[in-house]
Amino acid sequence: MAYSEKVVDHYQHPRNVGSFGTSSEVAKRTDVGVGIVGAPECGDVMQLQIKVNEQGVIEDAKFKCFGCGSAIASSSLATEWLKGRSLDDAMGIKNTQIVEELSLPPVKIHCSVLAEDSIRAAIADYRKKNGLAAESAAPAAAH
Amino acid sequence: MAPKLPIYFDNAATTRCDPRVVEAMLPYFSEKFGNSASRNHSFGWEAEDAVELAREQAAALIGANPKEVIFTSGSTESNNLAIKGAALMYAKAPAGQTGRGHIITAIHEHKAVLDPCKRLQREGFDVTFLEPGADGIITAEMVAGAMRPDTILVTLMWANNELGTINEIPQIGALCHQRDVVLHTDATQWVGKMPTDVERDCVDLMSWSGHKMYGPKGVGALYVRRRKPRVRLEAILDGGGHERGMRSGTMNVTGIVGFGKACELCRQEMDHERERLLKLRRKLESGLASRIEVCQVNGHADKRLPNIANVSFGFVEGESLMMGVKDIACSSGSACTSASLEPSYVLKALGVGDELAHSSLRLSLGRWSTEEEVDFAIEAIVKAVEHLRTMSPLWDLHKEGIDVSKIQWQAH
Repeated sequence: MAYSEKVVDHYQHPRNVGSFGTSSEVAKRTDVGVGIVGAPECGDVMQLQIKVNEQGVIEDAKFKCFGCGSAIASSSLATEWLKGRSLDDAMGIKNTQIVEELSLPPVKIHCSVLAEDSIRAAIADYRKKNGLAAESAAPAAAH
Repeated sequence: MAPKLPIYFDNAATTRCDPRVVEAMLPYFSEKFGNSASRNHSFGWEAEDAVELAREQAAALIGANPKEVIFTSGSTESNNLAIKGAALMYAKAPAGQTGRGHIITAIHEHKAVLDPCKRLQREGFDVTFLEPGADGIITAEMVAGAMRPDTILVTLMWANNELGTINEIPQIGALCHQRDVVLHTDATQWVGKMPTDVERDCVDLMSWSGHKMYGPKGVGALYVRRRKPRVRLEAILDGGGHERGMRSGTMNVTGIVGFGKACELCRQEMDHERERLLKLRRKLESGLASRIEVCQVNGHADKRLPNIANVSFGFVEGESLMMGVKDIACSSGSACTSASLEPSYVLKALGVGDELAHSSLRLSLGRWSTEEEVDFAIEAIVKAVEHLRTMSPLWDLHKEGIDVSKIQWQAH
């Protein structure tokens, strides 16, 4: 299968790879929200971590991804789009925007869905840790 | 010296047609274009002579009598003819009934064996699908344990296409002959690389293909034993009664000439080539295993073909690994590039965990593979695995001492 240039670029030069600490360290940090979605047997696991400041703005985002090139590109792109956004604003990122930006073929749409799910999961984790109610909790895209 | 890129390490999928084979074929397109079934003129005679020479070359490679070689379009057709043809010939009850006879095969066979068996299952035959051990091998003991009084056919590949593992065909053949059961073996990956003697190895029916041994695509053969015991088949293709009525259709003379030449070259060069490939495969496997943590060579350590290496790399995903080694043409153990997200059913049959089955490469060497290519491949794969592991959350968990297989993942 031919990958789009943008997918290849994210694969070769992934943006914001990493984490804000080990799984046990970030579990204790209230300024960090963690989303892990997918399963190894399905061939995709995405981990997204967001660092949120006191104004509720995402200051930094990091990802790790076990998955195909499109999954890596989707999560790498998600970190770029998250930085500087408010939580509510970040909730508005849709998988279809990722599909469009990366020119994902139909068989790879699930990668973008997974990226959207990981954004929602990270935000939900941050809110839960800080006792915040989920706002504008639109359901995740059906998949 | 840097090798020419991309490197072709997918010889188990198909091989380059040897230029000597092409040369042998060329006159049979436009000059010697006769139909081998034309008995009334020289065009037909020279085509027939060419087909009969190829039949001798094919028979010589496997220790058979030329009369026992039936030309087909390839292994898929040979497998279909052997399995369906034998089942119908030796059926214990007519069509429309159940209890028509028992067939033994294995779960990690090629689809060209599994699907004919499944069709027969729907048509009233009982089929046992043996499961290999962790080494991938089907033993004579496993077959003996599955035999029933109504067993009519055993069909097992000689060497596995994904793993290169070698089943105990000679021992299984001896067992089948004791019990008067027909043994068919899909020897597509075996013939041409390993010494074969259908008499010594007690094989009754054997499929193989031209394009897996440096011959052309679209031509193959089925060995059909003629004596001790004489094996008979119900034809699948009806028509002009070619190939002793077992395979009607005008002979692919050009392809058959190439097939014969490919058989001859394999016979002459096999011993030397086998040693050379084994050395290269061992270098490749040890090079990867010594430089990459959590890396496993799948299948039995020794009972494997000299040219196939199937290696799993923990905590990286197969398709992204393929993307990272784009200069190496090889196969992924995972079917992720298709619509299915299932890891290889062959690796699963061996009990390879999902996290490893998803990240396997099948690297298959061939006649033109060089040591420089092996060195290049090792470097490229090591680099790609390291790159992907810097991104892999599973690798982090593993490094933190967490058993990834024990985590409750949210099913997606």
